[in-house]
Amino acid sequence: MPEASKQPSRDYRPSVLGRLRKDKWLYILLLPGLLYFIVFKYVPMWGVLLAFKNFQPFTGFLKSEWVGLEHFQLFFANPEFFMLLRNTLLLSLYNLVFFFPAPIVLAILMNEVRFALFKRTVQTMIYVPHFISMVIVASMTYVFLTTAGGPVNEMLEQYTGRKIEFLATPEWFKPLIIMQTIWKECGWGTIIFLAALAGVDMEQYEAATMDGANRWKQIWHITLPAVRSTIVILLILRMGNILENGFEQIYLMLNPLNRQAAEVFDTYVYMMGITQGAFSYSTAVGLFKSLIGVVLVVGANYLAKRFGQSGLY
Amino acid sequence: MAKHYNTVSSRVFDTANYIVLSVCALAAVLPFIFVISGSFATDAELTQRTVFLIPRTFSLAAYEFIFSTNTIMKSIGVSLFIASFGTLVNLFFTVTMAYPLARRNLMGRNVVLNLVIFSMLFSGGMIPTYLVIRELGMLDSYWALIIPGAISAFNLIIIKNFFQELPPGLEEAARIDGCTELGLLWRIVLPLSKPVLATFALFYAVGHWNDFFTALLYINDPQKWPLQVLLRQIVLLSQAAAGDINAMDPSFVKPPDQSIKMAVIVVGTVPILLVYPFLQKHFAKGVLIGSIKG
Repeated sequence: MPEASKQPSRDYRPSVLGRLRKDKWLYILLLPGLLYFIVFKYVPMWGVLLAFKNFQPFTGFLKSEWVGLEHFQLFFANPEFFMLLRNTLLLSLYNLVFFFPAPIVLAILMNEVRFALFKRTVQTMIYVPHFISMVIVASMTYVFLTTAGGPVNEMLEQYTGRKIEFLATPEWFKPLIIMQTIWKECGWGTIIFLAALAGVDMEQYEAATMDGANRWKQIWHITLPAVRSTIVILLILRMGNILENGFEQIYLMLNPLNRQAAEVFDTYVYMMGITQGAFSYSTAVGLFKSLIGVVLVVGANYLAKRFGQSGLY
Repeated sequence: MAKHYNTVSSRVFDTANYIVLSVCALAAVLPFIFVISGSFATDAELTQRTVFLIPRTFSLAAYEFIFSTNTIMKSIGVSLFIASFGTLVNLFFTVTMAYPLARRNLMGRNVVLNLVIFSMLFSGGMIPTYLVIRELGMLDSYWALIIPGAISAFNLIIIKNFFQELPPGLEEAARIDGCTELGLLWRIVLPLSKPVLATFALFYAVGHWNDFFTALLYINDPQKWPLQVLLRQIVLLSQAAAGDINAMDPSFVKPPDQSIKMAVIVVGTVPILLVYPFLQKHFAKGVLIGSIKG
């Protein structure tokens, strides 16, 4: 630390005021950012107390009466609760099973390519969808799948004689969401694995070849272990977000016809809170969701450590 | 690479691998190409042919329509303004906060850092945040699209780490030459950080351009909608250029044609396609700095 040695010898431990004065400009610079976090992150955290109150816009936050766990009881007793829980968990599960391994597989395949130009071209192309907005993704899905002249349904009608209402059928909702996610984020997800693989010592592959290991065996015994810790960390992060299904994506694909399979905690909070004005009730729903999320990430991290991985913290 | 790749099974693997990767790469970009070519076709052709890469009937009608409407043009303007001015605000807030936090001996630094990290784990959620924005009188104001997202905690930490890694000798030399704290930031640190700041500026700008959720929450007045919200109205809800002032025009009464929908999608994507070459050079590095040290 060069700073420490520069400290004038007569005050080894400057007073609080002295340090404030010395770094005056630094604190002034810090101020806007700090204010931002307090106003837009911490005041809302305090605002979760709404979940235990009966908020009326006229009486305001402070004067609203306390109602304890009433909103939570109301929510758990609501028949919609199980629909929301089911949809949220199923979407996360499908994500974990179908989306999570995809970037790993793709990165391993790309790692096997020796023709650099080909690899670069593929990379350039598969990253593109990541930068597209969810609205565009949903819009393209709509344009391609609509029964009103969408190319997919036109072809279906030509070959099978009937159309499929992809966008208005509950059964199609979750597969569509997962396919969108894979299309949009799979390529982007390879970056972190490719970086982990770039660190693998080439001599390991050479030694394995000498020992007679074929390509599959090399992938299994050298490449996969190289990305194992990355996989574990991403899995933990995924666990913490298991109740996060991506509000924008679901909201954009949700309609009254597929609602049974589509409504999740986030969209429900939006509907009840913003469009119907049930502020306290929807805050309770949101709080329930955040708490489970925190418990899950801490739990997953604990498990990862139990199994000898480094974990997140 | 000195692997021995000459066995038959190895060659089969390679061939299959090239085919699979090519299919993935094409799958990533073909939808765009279909939409772009569709936007230049006449609607008649779109109803006759299902899928094509080159339209037989080249037509600019869809774009002429878009550029003649008030609503769409206005929302493009809003999105461009938010993306540019909003990004400046992002950079100002992020840099001014990251710079003091990069000083290891700043009193109270750890408290602030922990506040930032905790805010990444737990948040008040949609409704309390909405109420704060409402209390601040930001509903239906463009500030609501800029200020509540002024700092991404994740980006802040990456930039802080970058500042922290700059050689300390530079700082000392500048101080000996009588450079003030602000002078140091402005004349030494920022010029050295240009590539990093450019990367995050692009990330922030892309985020603003693509933002739908914030506008959905805080902007109720259709006159003030950014492009992404209008895009949803036109394509997903099939509403004729939602609430356009030119509603007398008969083309606004019927739902928009397929080619118009495609053209709107293209307009919503073009800015990203334009910055992509610039982005591409940097983002892999940016993502990695984040994942390793964040």
